[in-house]
Amino acid sequence: MSMRGFWPAVPALLLLFFFFLFPVVRMLGFSLEGGSFDWYAKALGEGLYLRVFWNTFEIALLVTFFCLLLGYPLGFLMATTTPLWATVGFIFVLLPLWTSVLVRTYAWMVLLGRNGVFNRLLIDAGIVEDPLPLLHNFTGVMIGMVHVLLPYMVLPVYGAVRRLDPAIVAAAEGLGASSWRIFWRIYLPLTLNGIFAGAVIVFVLSLGFYITPALLGGGRVIMIAVLIEQQVRETLNWPFAAALSAVLLAFTFAVYALAQRFTRPQETA
Amino acid sequence: MQESAELRIEGAAKRFGEVAALDGVSLQVARGELLTILGPSGSGKTTLLKVVAGFEKPDAGSVKIDGVEITALPPARRDIGMVFQNYALFPHLTVERNVAFPLEMRNVAKPEIVRRVAEALALVELAGYEQRLPRQLSGGQQQRVALARAIVFNPRLLLLDEPFGALDRKLRETMQLEVRRLQRRLGLTTIFITHDQEEALVLSDRVAVMNKGTIQQIATTTEIYERPANDFVADFVGESNIFHGTMSAPGEVTLEGGRTLKVRSDKSAGAKVGVLMRPERFDTGGANLFTGDVIESVYLGTSFKLRLACAGGLELLVRQPARGPLPATGARIEVGIDPEAIHVF
Repeated sequence: MSMRGFWPAVPALLLLFFFFLFPVVRMLGFSLEGGSFDWYAKALGEGLYLRVFWNTFEIALLVTFFCLLLGYPLGFLMATTTPLWATVGFIFVLLPLWTSVLVRTYAWMVLLGRNGVFNRLLIDAGIVEDPLPLLHNFTGVMIGMVHVLLPYMVLPVYGAVRRLDPAIVAAAEGLGASSWRIFWRIYLPLTLNGIFAGAVIVFVLSLGFYITPALLGGGRVIMIAVLIEQQVRETLNWPFAAALSAVLLAFTFAVYALAQRFTRPQETA
Repeated sequence: MQESAELRIEGAAKRFGEVAALDGVSLQVARGELLTILGPSGSGKTTLLKVVAGFEKPDAGSVKIDGVEITALPPARRDIGMVFQNYALFPHLTVERNVAFPLEMRNVAKPEIVRRVAEALALVELAGYEQRLPRQLSGGQQQRVALARAIVFNPRLLLLDEPFGALDRKLRETMQLEVRRLQRRLGLTTIFITHDQEEALVLSDRVAVMNKGTIQQIATTTEIYERPANDFVADFVGESNIFHGTMSAPGEVTLEGGRTLKVRSDKSAGAKVGVLMRPERFDTGGANLFTGDVIESVYLGTSFKLRLACAGGLELLVRQPARGPLPATGARIEVGIDPEAIHVF
């Protein structure tokens, strides 16, 4: 990059430096308090904290899986249906995306609680006798996170399907492929990039999720971000919180680096 | 091996809102024949092709292959090979897998697939390219893969949708001849769609000229060129001088400007007629003489292309063999044409 082309980027770079890079470096400084790696040893060495990391990883993986399960068909249908239905789909996908996570999470609390809408309906319909435990546990966190993150899966899938040349699908059909085979042999392989992009975004965002597990987990589902918050606010252990954050950051970078390696050049021409 | 089939379209009609894309189209393609559908964009030729392939359902009319109605059959069950405008190769599959695709869809046995794919690739001279991906091939090679994929399963009909549009001139000519050779050799009933009249003349047994959703004329290439049925065909195919007039006497037309022409025609006196004179049919003399000022002159290597302003506001396009000096603009020259060279319709 020539210096001339560099100058317009300076304001943004300054902003990033002072409000992002500097705090991150400062935080790393906290974690190395006294020039020792003790806090890292604690974060990565004690079973309790390793469990939280493992929990976080597991939840992120499951959320990604469910988002894929629900998001791929939705994105696919939106890309292949009539413009009217596509618009309806977009409204349902984007409206939640534009709504605050906090608002959506509270809405789920109203729906999932012991006396929430779902349990009332199930009991009134005689399907269950006692309210199902949907809130303040793993199930609640799952439902909430999948809902919040679903658009990040739907949109890349939608984009990938739309980029596909309709003539390719027509060609497959003309050559004798049934709808089922067109899906498996043409659509799926040619939209893998979209699936992969969506999965990486959802997974990485899940790793650092705070509000939804904090509110819907009711203190029983501890993800890493919840733990960090507790260290800062309740035990005032900033160095340890910083060390946990650094580990999370490193893990996130590792996921991105891995994703980069597996992303092949775009094949839909 | 499956025989190539006869295609019959009867009264096909298709509307898109207010526009009649097909307005009662009937035609027949004989076994082993190559019929070109020629027309400008928006003439309905692509819609007709889609109706034959099954991608579009006609509002009325029928499509029959060997007498069996297929109008309602989905594309996958028609056994029609098609080459798309941009080839529509599967970008994630190798050449070999692309060509094998229609066979795999028909659950053909593995060894048989290997044999037939090799055969098809040899036919389009692409042996040795089996493991390449489409994006590693040139335009002409992609075209060949598309062709191999369309013929490998012995389709009953081959459809070519402007397949040469993306190729440069030289390659296009090579491919045209190659497709023609292949089509004859395999005896494939073929419909070829194009807006390029030159291409239509090179390739076809017969040409159907389409405009505004109807077929203007179906005839052999010479018939279309020498004896077009109407203004549209005369104007669309080749260069032309078209005038309108009345038969003033047997063998004589009086044009709208008052000029009379000696012609060969059995149209009765008083009939309103169109007159077509092809630019290359003019000579230095003849039964009908025109004197005019050269208003445009272009050197084209083998010929001169001249535009003449004649008496009575008549403007003529004339081609002369490029012999001697190119007539200058403003020069006055005389050209003639014989009655036999004038087509009256």
